[in-house]
Amino acid sequence: MKKSKSAFIGVVILFAVWVMLTDFSPQEMILGGVTALLIVFLFHSRLAVLGDVKLNLRSLVYMVMYLFVFTWELLKSNIDVARRVISPKLPINPGIVKVKTRLKSPLGRAFLANSITLTPGTLTVEMKGEYFYIHWIDVTSDDIEGATESIVSNFEKYLEIIFG
Amino acid sequence: MELIGSIVTLTGSIVLLLGALGIVRMPDVYNRMQAGTKATTLGTILFLIGISLGHAECGCFGKIAILIVFVLATNPVSSNALARAAHSAGIKLTERSVKDDLKSDNETGEAK
Repeated sequence: MKKSKSAFIGVVILFAVWVMLTDFSPQEMILGGVTALLIVFLFHSRLAVLGDVKLNLRSLVYMVMYLFVFTWELLKSNIDVARRVISPKLPINPGIVKVKTRLKSPLGRAFLANSITLTPGTLTVEMKGEYFYIHWIDVTSDDIEGATESIVSNFEKYLEIIFG
Repeated sequence: MELIGSIVTLTGSIVLLLGALGIVRMPDVYNRMQAGTKATTLGTILFLIGISLGHAECGCFGKIAILIVFVLATNPVSSNALARAAHSAGIKLTERSVKDDLKSDNETGEAK
């Protein structure tokens, strides 16, 4: 079951990329579909990680919501960094903090780490098991719980539903 | 349409400029990477969107969308790899830093 799901997601992604790179003529779509099926057939053992994505209505809704939350955070983070860079006193208070994630799936953790890197003042440095080590440009809380609350929780509640 | 595209492209360039300024001004490698990653990601994305709006006749929205997805997926990964390598190579944090959990955990052998 999980294998066929990851194969299905793989075919959908490859086909979507193909269609976006070419136009919508039937010839191109047939060729793209056949190629996508062939690639997934050859490499399906490496695609198992894609099976972590949950395919139901709730997770699709949360994917779209996550996209908006993420875009907003990316904009905020750029304004934040720009403000710090421009101000003459360079108001930074950096340090590496440790946070804990509830996510189990490797793909979900990868998404979380990438999202953390692109959000205000945080950069994922290292990952050990369920702990992330994050370089924080403005350390405001000292313990694991406080840092987790302010860095991870915002994304985790979406990714938890999408990836489980 | 061309005007909107130009404005978006200009905004992207300004974001990239601020990122470059951040790389010059920040005190250590990790803070520089912070400025570098975020600004290049948003700057490149705005630049690409501006181009696709300004040259709508080429019909390259799909290609631009794929480029944006690749930038979003690879930019944080590369900066993560660089930060991790810098930390394992023992590059020190700036003196203004308040704490380094990773270093203390490595020393005590916790969470391995």
